Amino acid sequence: MTLAWLKIMAVVGQPTWEVVTVADRASASLESRWYVAVAYMIVALVAVAAMVVALGMGLIYGERKIAAHFQCRMGPMRVGYHGILQSVADTIKLLLKEDIVPARADRVLHLLAPFLTLVVTILILGVIPYSPLMQLADVSIGVLYLTALSGLSVLGLLLGGWSSNNKWSLLGGMRAAAQVISYEITATLALLVVTMFSGTLTLSGIVQSQAQGWWVWRAHGVGVLSMALFIVAATAEINRTPFDIPEGESELTGGFHTEYSGLRFAFFFLAEFINMFVVSAITVTLFLGGWMPFRIGDWESFNNLMGLIPPSLWFFGKSAVMVFVMMWFRWTFPRMRVDQLMRLEWKILLPLGFCNLVVAAVVILSKWYFFPV
Amino acid sequence: MSVTVRTLDELLTPPTAADSPLSTQEYFVNMGPQHPIAHGSLRIILLLDGETIRKVIPVPGYVHRGIEKMCEHMSYRKIITLTDRMDYLSALMNNWAVARTVEKAAGIETNSRIETIRTLMAELQRIQSHALWWGVLGMDLGAFTAFLYSFRDREIIGEIFEETIGARLTMNYIQPGGLMFDILPDFAQKVKKLLAYMRPMINEYDTLLSGNAILQERLRNVGILPAKDAVALGCTGPVVRASGVPYDLRKVEPYGVYDKAEFDVVVGTKGDCWDRYYVRMEEMRQSIRIIEQLIDNIPEGQYMVTKYNARLKLPKGRFYGQLETARGVLGVFIYSDGNGDTPYRMHFRSPNFNNLWAVTQIAPGWRIADYIAIQSSLDLVIPDIDR
Amino acid sequence: MDTEALEKLVMGLEAQCRKREQADRAAVDVPVSALEPLMRKLRNEDPLSFDLLLDHTAIDHIHEGLFEMVYLLYSTRHGHHLMVTCEIPRMDSIAPTLSDLWPIAHWQEREVFDLFGIGYDGHPDLRRLFLEDGWKGYPLRKGYTDPDMLEPA
Repeated sequence: MTLAWLKIMAVVGQPTWEVVTVADRASASLESRWYVAVAYMIVALVAVAAMVVALGMGLIYGERKIAAHFQCRMGPMRVGYHGILQSVADTIKLLLKEDIVPARADRVLHLLAPFLTLVVTILILGVIPYSPLMQLADVSIGVLYLTALSGLSVLGLLLGGWSSNNKWSLLGGMRAAAQVISYEITATLALLVVTMFSGTLTLSGIVQSQAQGWWVWRAHGVGVLSMALFIVAATAEINRTPFDIPEGESELTGGFHTEYSGLRFAFFFLAEFINMFVVSAITVTLFLGGWMPFRIGDWESFNNLMGLIPPSLWFFGKSAVMVFVMMWFRWTFPRMRVDQLMRLEWKILLPLGFCNLVVAAVVILSKWYFFPV
Repeated sequence: MSVTVRTLDELLTPPTAADSPLSTQEYFVNMGPQHPIAHGSLRIILLLDGETIRKVIPVPGYVHRGIEKMCEHMSYRKIITLTDRMDYLSALMNNWAVARTVEKAAGIETNSRIETIRTLMAELQRIQSHALWWGVLGMDLGAFTAFLYSFRDREIIGEIFEETIGARLTMNYIQPGGLMFDILPDFAQKVKKLLAYMRPMINEYDTLLSGNAILQERLRNVGILPAKDAVALGCTGPVVRASGVPYDLRKVEPYGVYDKAEFDVVVGTKGDCWDRYYVRMEEMRQSIRIIEQLIDNIPEGQYMVTKYNARLKLPKGRFYGQLETARGVLGVFIYSDGNGDTPYRMHFRSPNFNNLWAVTQIAPGWRIADYIAIQSSLDLVIPDIDR
Repeated sequence: MDTEALEKLVMGLEAQCRKREQADRAAVDVPVSALEPLMRKLRNEDPLSFDLLLDHTAIDHIHEGLFEMVYLLYSTRHGHHLMVTCEIPRMDSIAPTLSDLWPIAHWQEREVFDLFGIGYDGHPDLRRLFLEDGWKGYPLRKGYTDPDMLEPA
C-alpha cells in the first residue's frame, strides 16, 4: 500500500509555484478595466480587516487556553463549546464599555496612540507572503519596509504613556520606548544575515530562495544564531514576557495602557496579539521557509508528499508553532528588570549580532558552504 | 520635653530640584492600597528620582480593625477567633501563640498528644504558607504560572485541614488547654501521602524558578540587609535568618515537641533577596523533615485537658509568650488585672509589623523593579501589620 | 543568665531602677527621667547587650491616672529577655524617644502615639500610623468613646 502510494508520488512530481500578488493583479488591470483594480483593492482591505479580526480573536482565545493548560487549569469553558465564543463575548464587552479619557490628559494624543499602534501592525500584515497566490503587495524593499515600520511602532507606546497624565503610564511609556528602540538593532542585524544569503530584499524573493531548504539550516549555524537573535529581539520589540516591563502588571498595573478602556484598549490589546503573529510570520518567512514545504535534498517521493500540503497551510502551521513558542515564554519566565534588559541588548546581543553579520559575510564571499546556497 | 506632631501631607510636599548631576526632578508615586503588588491593602509612597527610589513612606492602617481593643472585651477563648484573622496564612500558629501564653499564665499543663498535634499542624501550615509565598513571588516577578502551581499544592494541605478542623483559612483550632477537635484516624496516613507528594514538588519549584537565570539576576545582590541592621530593625523570622543571625525560636526556646525532632536552622550569608528566597525554600524541606519524624508516633491521650466551657482566669500580672510563625516571631503580651476572664490589655507583637520597617531602610537606592523583589522577599501579610 | 541575676545586674546600672512585680520574667521599672540612660546601657554593655527591641507597648491604668510603657528586650548573643516598664502621667504624657538606639523603636513608638496619645520627645517623624492624621482621640485609652463605631460596654 505504502509502496503504491510512493510510486504515485514519484509520478506526480514536485509543484512549482509562481508568485502573483493582489497588487500585481490590480496594477495589471489598471489601464484596461480600472474598476477591477478598485475591486481588487477593496478585496485587499476587507481581507486585511477580516484577518485582523479573525487572528485577534483566535489568538486571544488560544493564549487563554494555552496559558490555562500550562497552569493546570481549563481556561474558558462556558461560552460556547469549550469556550470558543469567549473572544466574541470579550469583543462585544469591550465595544460596549464607556470610553474614558482621564481628566487633564492630552486628548488628541490619547485618542491617537492606539490607532498608531494598530496601523503599524496592519501595514506589516499587508506585505507578508502567506502563500504564492495570497500576498497583498510585494514591496521591492521588503525587509527595509519591515524594519522601518517596527521603528514606527514605538510612537504609539510613547504617546499612550505620555498622554495619560499618570506617572505609572509615563514610566511604562518611557521604558517601552527605550526597549523597542534598542532591540530593533539586533532584530535588523539578524534580518540582514538572511538578506545577504538570499541576495534580495523582497519577501517573496526570500521565500523562493529557500526552495532548496530553509535558511535556518542552510545558512550554516549563522542561520541558527540569527534566528535565535531575532526571536529574542522580536519578543522584546513586542513587549512580551520576559521583556514586558513596560506593561509590567505587578508594578505598573498596565504601564502605558493603564488609562485605556473600551474600544481603544481593545486596539492596544489586539495590536499586541497581532504583533505576535506578525513577528512569527516574519520569522517564518525569513528563517523557516515561508510557504515553502519541508524538503530533504533529492528524496523525491518525500518531497512530493510534502508538496501536496498546500503552501498556505505550511505557512500558517509554522507561524502557529512560533506563536506557541512565544506564549510558552510568557507563561514560564519571570520578567527582566529594565536595566538588565538594556544590558542584554547593548552588551551581549549587539556585539553578537555584529560578529554574526561579519561571519555570514565571510561565509558567503568565500563560498564556504556545506549545503548549496 | 516637647513634642512636634506632623502630618502626612507635610511629608508629601514636592521637593525642589534634586541634587543629582542630571538635575532631574524627584516625584512621588503611590503604590496605593489597590495595586497588584500590594499583597493586601498597604499604601506605599515612593519618592523617586527617575527610576531610583529615594525614600519609602509606608502608610498602613487600611485593614486596622482594632483587634487589640476588641480583645479587652472578649474572653480568652473568643480571642483565639480573632487571632486567625491577623496573619491568616499562619492562623494555627497565631492560635497557638495565644493559647501558649494563656496556658503558661494560668498554669495549665497540656499533655504530649496535644503538643505533638499542635507541632504537626504548625509545620503543615508553615509549608502551606511558604508555598503561597513562593507562588506570589513568582507572580510578582512575572512568572505567573508559579502562582497556580503552588495553589494546587496548597489545596492538598488545605483539604487535610478541612477534614480535621473544619476550616481552610480561619482555623480557631488550638485553644488554651488543648485542641478544638481530635484528629481523625486516617490523619497520619493522609499526611504521609502529602509528604511523599510534596517533597518532589519542592524540587520542581526549584527547577521552575530557582534555577532560572532571570530570577537569579532579579534576586541576587538585591536589597542587602546586613545582620546587625536586621536585628536593630526588629526583623525576625526568615528575614533575619537570611541575614546570618540564627534566631529561630523553635531551636532557641523550644516549645511544643520541637526539641524531640531533629532539624536544621536555615541561615543565609549575605541578606540579599536571594538569601531570603532560598531560606524559605529550605525551610519547607526542614518542615517536611520535622513532620516525618513526628507523624508516626502521635501519643495517645486527651485532646483537651480543661473543660471547654470553664472560665479561664489569669492571675494579675504581665505575661508574654512568643512563637515562631512562618514570618517571624509572634509575641503575645497580656496584662491581666486578675478579675474576670478578659484581659485588661492585650498586645500582639506582630512579625509583619516589625518586618515592614526594614523595607524603608533597604529600599532607598534601588529601582522600582527591585522594590517589588524586596517587598516580595520580605513576605508581608498586611492584616498582621494593621491588626 | 537567670532571672534574679539579670534583675540584680540591671538594677545596679541605674539608681532609681526597681524590680517590677507581677511579671513572668525579669522585669524592672524606671522613672521616665532615667529611661533613656538605662536603655542605652542595656544595649551597649556587654553581659547584657540587648540588641533586639522585641516590642514596645503601653497599658492605660485609668484608675491610677498613669500610662505604663512596656519595653520587651532580647539579646541574640546571650539569649535572655528583659521587660522594662516606665510609668508616666496620663495627662501630658511625654516620653523620650529610643529611635536612635533601636531603629525599630521609630515605628513602634508611632503606633503607641497613634493609639494612646503618648508623645515622644525627639522622635524624627511623629505621625499617626493607622488612623488618619486628623483623627480625634486615642482609641486604646480606656475612656475612649466613639458614638459611630463603638457600642457602650
